[in-house]
Amino acid sequence: MTKQVQQLDRVIIRFAGDSGDGMQLTGDRFTAETAKFGNDLSTLPNFPAEIRAPAGTLPGVSSFQLHFADHDILTPGDAPNVLVAMNPAALKANLGDLPRGADIIANTDEFTKRNLQKVGYAANPLEDDSLAEWRVHSLPLTSLTVKALEGFEISKKDAERAKNMFALGLLSWLYHRPTEATIKFLEAKFAKKPDIAKANVAAFQAGWNYGETTESFSVSYEIKPATLAPGVYRNISGNQALAYGLIAASVQSGLPLFLGSYPITPASDILHELSKHKRFGIRTFQAEDEIAGVGAALGAAFGGALGVTTTSGPGVALKAETVGLAVATELPLIVVDVQRAGPSTGMPTKTEQTDLLMAMFGRNGESPVPVVAPSTPSDCFDAAIEAARIALKYRTPVMLLSDGYLANGSEPWRVPEVSELPDISIEFTTEPNGEDGTTYLPFKRDPETLARPWAVPGTPGLEHRIGGIEKADGSGNISYDPNNHDHMVRLRQAKIDGIDVPPLEVDDPDGDARVLVLGWGSTYGPIAAAVRRVRREGGKVAQAHLRHLNPLPANTGDVLRAYDKVLLPEINLGQLALLLRARFLIDVISYNRVRGLPFKAEELAGVIQDVINSD
Amino acid sequence: MTESLNGKGLALVPKADGKQTLKDFKSDQEVRWCPGCGDYAILAAVQSFLPELGLRRENIVFVSGIGCSSRFPYYMNTYGFHSIHGRAPAIATGLAASRPDLSVWVITGDGDALSIGGNHLIHALRRNVNLNILLFNNRIYGLTKGQYSPTSEVGKITKSTPMGSLDKPFNPISLAIGAEAGFVARTIDSDRKHLQSVLREAAAHRGTSLVEIYQNCNIFNDGAFDSLKAPETRDEITIRLEHGQPIVFGTGDNAKAVRLAPYGGVEVVNRSEVAESEILVHDAHRPDPSLAFALSRLDEPAFQHVPIGIFRSVDRPAYDTLMNEQLEQSVADKGKGQLADLLLGGDTWRIN
Repeated sequence: MTKQVQQLDRVIIRFAGDSGDGMQLTGDRFTAETAKFGNDLSTLPNFPAEIRAPAGTLPGVSSFQLHFADHDILTPGDAPNVLVAMNPAALKANLGDLPRGADIIANTDEFTKRNLQKVGYAANPLEDDSLAEWRVHSLPLTSLTVKALEGFEISKKDAERAKNMFALGLLSWLYHRPTEATIKFLEAKFAKKPDIAKANVAAFQAGWNYGETTESFSVSYEIKPATLAPGVYRNISGNQALAYGLIAASVQSGLPLFLGSYPITPASDILHELSKHKRFGIRTFQAEDEIAGVGAALGAAFGGALGVTTTSGPGVALKAETVGLAVATELPLIVVDVQRAGPSTGMPTKTEQTDLLMAMFGRNGESPVPVVAPSTPSDCFDAAIEAARIALKYRTPVMLLSDGYLANGSEPWRVPEVSELPDISIEFTTEPNGEDGTTYLPFKRDPETLARPWAVPGTPGLEHRIGGIEKADGSGNISYDPNNHDHMVRLRQAKIDGIDVPPLEVDDPDGDARVLVLGWGSTYGPIAAAVRRVRREGGKVAQAHLRHLNPLPANTGDVLRAYDKVLLPEINLGQLALLLRARFLIDVISYNRVRGLPFKAEELAGVIQDVINSD
Repeated sequence: MTESLNGKGLALVPKADGKQTLKDFKSDQEVRWCPGCGDYAILAAVQSFLPELGLRRENIVFVSGIGCSSRFPYYMNTYGFHSIHGRAPAIATGLAASRPDLSVWVITGDGDALSIGGNHLIHALRRNVNLNILLFNNRIYGLTKGQYSPTSEVGKITKSTPMGSLDKPFNPISLAIGAEAGFVARTIDSDRKHLQSVLREAAAHRGTSLVEIYQNCNIFNDGAFDSLKAPETRDEITIRLEHGQPIVFGTGDNAKAVRLAPYGGVEVVNRSEVAESEILVHDAHRPDPSLAFALSRLDEPAFQHVPIGIFRSVDRPAYDTLMNEQLEQSVADKGKGQLADLLLGGDTWRIN
């Protein structure tokens, strides 16, 4: 039977199942195959905080969405073209996102009376006409897998668990994905359990063959590789890119990296990644709590290391006092906040941009801290190096604001040559700097950067004491002098205000837009995709994206004033808008949704169009 | 390396070229404790002890938290970090773990170490980074002007407890032994000779050492340790622990000895009533902490008998040593990290 092959320019697939069904792994593997094939791609994992929520329930649904295309894309896609639903809960939880005509591949084995009841289906939707507006492919994925694995020396349970690999095989056939890497991956993953490895490979191949031989699928799809800028690419998630950026910062600064961290979702993967790379001289310290994590990092920084702590919002709250100490002692420190939905515990696995004001102001006293925010998963690499550059050059703690969407999402990354990376090395102070030629003044500043000298323990003749008590300008001795305090407060602020930050660039192709869409952090992809849509429809809109939130680029006010209207979408209730209004007296138009999910391009395109039309 | 550093707490710290004196360790800052404070005696004892170690001054760091005692680093002509309340062990951990060439001392008090910083203290002790923690215990909050502390006796009348405090105090020695600290000792501010002998052993210990120093706050809790200092009572109360020696104290008719009691405890008995063979011989090096813990309970009820000296001195690998060995092992196994190789690791593809 010769099957028809249809050409597509892009596809969005969502794998959905129970938390224990291995949907994240399935999505990861499909992503790896797709990256290898050369499509551009963007991913959105979405999973509950519970490791194993009650099986078959709506709260237990875990999903992984992948958007891939033959051209460059910016988001994981708004609405899936294909939903793989491993059980009724997965169908019910995701059906609302499916556009008419989308494909549903459902595992009929799990559509039992009991499972249907668990999620409130009175009747089996696969058997009535309630799904008529979609193309439903009902397959007994579990029993097909078990059948394919007859004769393997594994338990029935292990055979059933391989059903995700059957599904992956089927989807790999459907979209012409290369399969060698997945087979290698399975063999490596289960190297210690060869029977399980063989069974998973067999299930994967059975899924592929099922597509090839049965009549359930008459069409397969081809999505040509994308034409991206020349170079070597790899697929990378935000957390991995951030970890690599920190390693690169250590290499490029010549300082050993010390990570003090306490496990927290969604930041823990940075700790996991860095702990693998000890041969770079990286020390990873899993502390007793968030406070000890940042404390140890600051102690290491006092000793001349590149001190880093990684956490999420609740951890930043706990670290605030120590960050204040770093401000007072003017020591370099990187505080990575992978933002998640709050307040309090909030929704640990869901994304938000709600820590901006905490990063800016969440400490006692006048305690200015530079804030840097990456815009895409791969940009986490460059943003980490930039955070380190600022921390080291200006001797200051820096907040690096990633978020759950960037952390777990992935995209192809053009791997930079090491020679392209900035040199961020600094010199420790080794000689007295007092006018008498013998004394050391730990707070005598560089007149240009206002950074203080950095002499580390072990340097003879420069023994000195620092601390959180206010210190006299220059000598660093304890001082309660009112004028000195006023002077020091202003000096610390002036140092941060004077950080060299590149100008804000505006994308305004024809130069005649009257509306500017401004964003920061992880909203870059959805905003840029929305702007493209609007422009395709003939709309005029300019786009600018802030990476430095503190200090803001010097031209920020001029850029904002050059447009009649400034639209600012944020996944919070308008935190950057508040800062911009206060600073520039510009009435930016906020668009805010706080759903724990990234914006959709279509949604933002509509908002932009409304603002354009509202003249 | 792990084993060979045992008992050599300062083996990796470079030695000074010439002879040092007390003056070398005095900073130019005016000491601002209350006149008569026990901290003066401890400061003088530490400053006059350090030359004996013969370490390069620039390789010594004093880290403190918040409280009266935590001003200590400002008065030492070494590197110093006066940090925030309770966090000194955490900050010192990062410093010492990444810089084995430093001699790192933590100066803390009963409130700093046992209230707000209790978590960091117990974890530092179990982790065993090469640190010396000097816990100045005056059983009161001094800097905040006289509230009861986590070592104050029950019923303490203070500004915040006008009808008496309700919570049972910590015994810092019991707490440290409970956390299986490798080195645990107690000494007294006014007994310079004893204090320095304990510091000597603490410095030699590789790993975290905890030294509780009874320190008199003459403003808010004056005389808290008078019974250990007054000639007429001190010998009847103080039990001087010495490794390898029978545990005996008191003189004449009041001569006492310590022997094993039922249920794993120890007890004080009249010396005349026990055979020499029954008297407990102090073994600070016992790996099992139970006996050291039992000795730490001898001051229950409060201050009836107070052991001082080294309760426990047991070598086990220090955290910083183990951490550095993992780094070295990683390089030995896989070679030094190369950034280009790291970035190009994993599945890559080329677009021309």
